[in-house]
Amino acid sequence: MKGLPLAARALVGAVVLAACVVLVLGVGHLSHPLVSNGVVVATVPTMIGRVVVLTLMFAALESRMPTVSGSNVYLGMGFPIGLASYIIVGPWGAAFVGAGAVLVLVENTVVKRVYNGAQFALCAFAAGQAYVLFHGPVAVLAASDFPRVLLPVLIADLVHCAVNGLLLMGVVSLAEKVSPKQVLVGSLLKSVPGYLGYGIFGLLMAVLWVGVGIGVLSALLVLMPLAVARWAFSQYSAEQQAYEATIQTLVQAVETKDHYTRGHSERVSRASVLIGRFIGMREDRLNALRYAGILHDVGKLGVPTKLLQKTERLSEAEFAAIKLHPVRGLEMLRDIEFLDEAFQGILHHHERLDGRGYPMGLEGPQIPEFARVIAVADAFDSMTSTRSYRGARSVDDAIAELLRCKGSQFDPGMVDALIASLTKEPWIASGVDDAAERRQPPCDALPAPGSGQAGAIAVDHDDPTFSVAFRDETS
Amino acid sequence: MTSLVRRLDEGRATMLLLGTALVLVAVSTVLALQHPVQQATIAVSFGAFIALGEAVRVTLAGDREAAPLGAAAALAYALIGRFGSVPTSHTAWDVIAVTAAASLIGALPHIAAGRSPRLDVLARRVLTAGLAAALFRPLYDAGHGPLGHLEMHQRNAVLAAVMVVVAVLAGLFDAAVAALVRADRDRAPFLPSLRSEFRALIGLSSAIGATGVLIALAAQVMQLWAIPVFVVPLMLTQFSFRRYAGIRSTYAQTIRSLSRVTEVGGYTETGHSSRVSELALGVGRELGLSDPDLVDLEYAALMHDLGQLSLTEPIPGGATVMAMPDEQRRIAEMGAEVIRQTGVLDRVAVIVERQADPYRRPHETADETIPLASRIIKAANAYDDMVGDSRETGRRLEALERLRLSMAYDYDPRVVTCLAHVVERSSRLGL
Repeated sequence: MKGLPLAARALVGAVVLAACVVLVLGVGHLSHPLVSNGVVVATVPTMIGRVVVLTLMFAALESRMPTVSGSNVYLGMGFPIGLASYIIVGPWGAAFVGAGAVLVLVENTVVKRVYNGAQFALCAFAAGQAYVLFHGPVAVLAASDFPRVLLPVLIADLVHCAVNGLLLMGVVSLAEKVSPKQVLVGSLLKSVPGYLGYGIFGLLMAVLWVGVGIGVLSALLVLMPLAVARWAFSQYSAEQQAYEATIQTLVQAVETKDHYTRGHSERVSRASVLIGRFIGMREDRLNALRYAGILHDVGKLGVPTKLLQKTERLSEAEFAAIKLHPVRGLEMLRDIEFLDEAFQGILHHHERLDGRGYPMGLEGPQIPEFARVIAVADAFDSMTSTRSYRGARSVDDAIAELLRCKGSQFDPGMVDALIASLTKEPWIASGVDDAAERRQPPCDALPAPGSGQAGAIAVDHDDPTFSVAFRDETS
Repeated sequence: MTSLVRRLDEGRATMLLLGTALVLVAVSTVLALQHPVQQATIAVSFGAFIALGEAVRVTLAGDREAAPLGAAAALAYALIGRFGSVPTSHTAWDVIAVTAAASLIGALPHIAAGRSPRLDVLARRVLTAGLAAALFRPLYDAGHGPLGHLEMHQRNAVLAAVMVVVAVLAGLFDAAVAALVRADRDRAPFLPSLRSEFRALIGLSSAIGATGVLIALAAQVMQLWAIPVFVVPLMLTQFSFRRYAGIRSTYAQTIRSLSRVTEVGGYTETGHSSRVSELALGVGRELGLSDPDLVDLEYAALMHDLGQLSLTEPIPGGATVMAMPDEQRRIAEMGAEVIRQTGVLDRVAVIVERQADPYRRPHETADETIPLASRIIKAANAYDDMVGDSRETGRRLEALERLRLSMAYDYDPRVVTCLAHVVERSSRLGL
C-alpha cells in the first residue's frame, strides 16, 4: 500500500468503501424471507445457510486470484461458484460470497486481501443486479425457465467480467503506470471466454442446487470434471517441462563430442526465435522453430568424432562426411511426429541463397523459411563463440560479416530481422555468460597453444568466413 | 486360421469378455425387437450422444482407448429417472441395446478411415453401462420402485447419492475389466494390472461418473438440454487428457530418436537400443511392473548406452557385454550422469547407473538395492549383444543358454526366466 501512488490508494479506498455499503445493505435484505409472486421461495435460515456454504467453498477453491501473466488470464476454481451464487442467493447474497475472497488462504498482504474481497463483492453484486434486471429467477429454477434464463445469465456474466476488468484496469494502470488500453486488451478481452465457460458451470450448479434440489452435492459433481481437467492439464504442463529439460540435456550430451560447441544449439534456438518473432511467425510455428534450433546439429553424431576435433586440414572426403550431418539429423528425428515443419529447417540449414550450400544446393525461395532463419542464427552464434582457431568475435563484427554475406549466403530479410531484434534485446554470447562454457574440455582435446593459427584448421562448419573458402577449395 | 487360433490362445479372458457382451447384446436386441424401446425420443437422443462420443474417442497415455462422452451418455441413460415430469420406463436390456447399437454406429467413421475400434473397449463400455442399469433400473422401475418414490417425494439429494454409488461401482467394474484384458494381453499378473488400470483411469472415470449423474439429474429440469450442456465440461477434460497423451508420446518418440545417437555415431549396432527396450518392456510387463515403472524402464533401456558417447574409440560392435566389467560400469555411470543432468529423470538415471552391477557376487546374497529395471536391462542388453537382429534359432538358443549359465551371479533368475518366455513367444509369432 505504501508504494502505491495517491490515485491508486484513493481507488482502493473507494472500492472497499462501496463494498462495505453493499454488504451493510445486504444484511437488511437477507433478513427477510425471499418472496416471489406472493410465495416464500427461501426462508431466512435457508438463505443464510446457502450463503455461508457458498462463501466457504468459494474461499477454499479460490486459492489463487485471477492473475495476468503473459497472455494468460488465470481464473481460479472458485469462479463457477461465484457465477452460480447470484442465481442461488440473489445479488445481495452474492456480494457476501464474493467478499469471501478475504478469507482466501494465499500469501497476500492484508490490504490486498481486503481489496480482492471488496472487488469480488462489487462484481458479484453488479452481476446479480443485472441478472435480476433481466428477469432472472432467484433461488428457483424450473423446466419452464429454459432456455429463457440463458439471456440474464449471459448478461450477468459479462457484467461480472466487465466490472472486474475495469477495477483491475484502474488499479493496475494507476499503480504500475501501464496504459489502461494495454490492460484492457491484455486481460479483459482474453478473460471473456473463460468467464462464459465458467458461467456455464455456474448455471449448471444452480440448476442442480435449486432446480433439482440436491444442494451442495451439485457443487461437488459440477466441479469434478473441471478439477480432473485441471489435474490433467497440470500433468501435461509438468510433462512438457520435463520434455524440454530432457531434450536440452540430451542435445548437450551430443555436444560433448565437440567441446567448442557447448550451448551452441540452445543459443541458435534462441536467436532463431528472435528472428521468427520479428518476422511475425505464429506462436505454434515459433515453438517448432525453437525445437528445430535445438536439434539442428544432432546429425553431427553421425560424423566421426575424429573429424569434428581434427586439427589438420580436412580432405574432400572428410568434408563430404561433415556435409552429411543435416541428412543424418533428419534420419534420426523423423519419427518425432510433432516436429513436422522443423524437419525442413534441420535438413536445409546449410543451404545458401546462391545455391552453393548443402545438402541439396537449393536456391533462394526454394529454401524453406525455417532453414533460412536457422542458417543466420547458426552463423551468428558460431562467429560470436570461441573456436579452436580463433577467439570469439564481437557482436558488431559478426553483424558486419552477416551483412557482407547477405543476399549471397543469407536471406536479407532474416539478417535484418536478427539485427533489428538485437537492438532490442542484448545478446548473451557464449563467451560472456555460459556456465557450460566454463567447464573446460580436457587439455588434450585442445590444440597446443599457438599451434592452431598456422595451419588453420578444424574450422567450424557453421562459420561463414570459412565456409566460402571451404567450398572453393573442395569444389 | 492359425492367426485366429493364436488369438484364442492368447486371450482367454478377452474372449470371455467379448462372448459375454455378445450374448447380452443379442438377448437385448431380441427383446428390443419384440417390445420396441419405450420413449423412443429419449433413447434416440442418448444414443446420438453415445455415438458422437465414440466418433470423437481419444487415445490416452499408455495406449488406452477411451470415449468419455460416450461412456458418460451411456451411464446417464442407465441412471436417468424423471425426464421433465415423465418417469422413464426403459429397462436395463434397453440400455444395453442402445449403448451397443450407438457405439457401433459411432465407430463407423473410424472403420471407414481404416481405424477399426478395439472390440474389447466397446464390449467393456456395454458391460459397464449394463451393470449400472442392472443396479439402478429395477430399483427405479418406471417411477414405481423405491428410488422412484424418493424422486416423487422430492428427496433428490438421496437419489443423487444412490446414483453416485452406482456410478462408483460401475467405474470400479470398468477398471477391473480393463485390467483383465491388459493382464491377458501382456501376460502380466492380474493385481499389478488392476493397480495400473485403476491409477490410469481414476481421473477420467471420476469425470465420466460425475457427468453421467449430472445429466441424469438435470434431465428432470432441463430435459434434452442436459446432455449437450453437461457434455461441455467433459469435453474440456477430454481435451486435457488428449494433450497429456500427446506430450507423453512426443516424449517417448524423442527419447527413441535421440537414443539412436549411439548408433549414428557408430558406437552401437543399428536398432540395438530399440530392440533392448522392446525386450525389456516385454519382461517388465510379465513381471508386473506398474505403468510409471514401465515408462522408466523403457527410457532407461533406450538410453542405456548413452555413456558410450564419452568413449574416444567405440567398442567393436558396441557390445558392452564384451567390455571389461570396470569399463561397463564406467559407461553406465557416465550415461547416468548425463541423464541425471536433465533434472527430471532421476529414477531413469539410477536404473542406467546400476545396469552393469552383477545380480549377486560369490559368497554374498543378492544385492536388493539394484532396481528390478536395471536387472532387466542387464539381461536384455546381454541377450541382444549376443543375438543382434539375427533370427536364427540356434543363436537365440545359444544366447539363452549363456544367460542361464550366468544366472544367479550375473543375472536375476526371475528375469532370465521371463526373458526366455518373451523370446520364445516372439519367435513363435515369427518376429
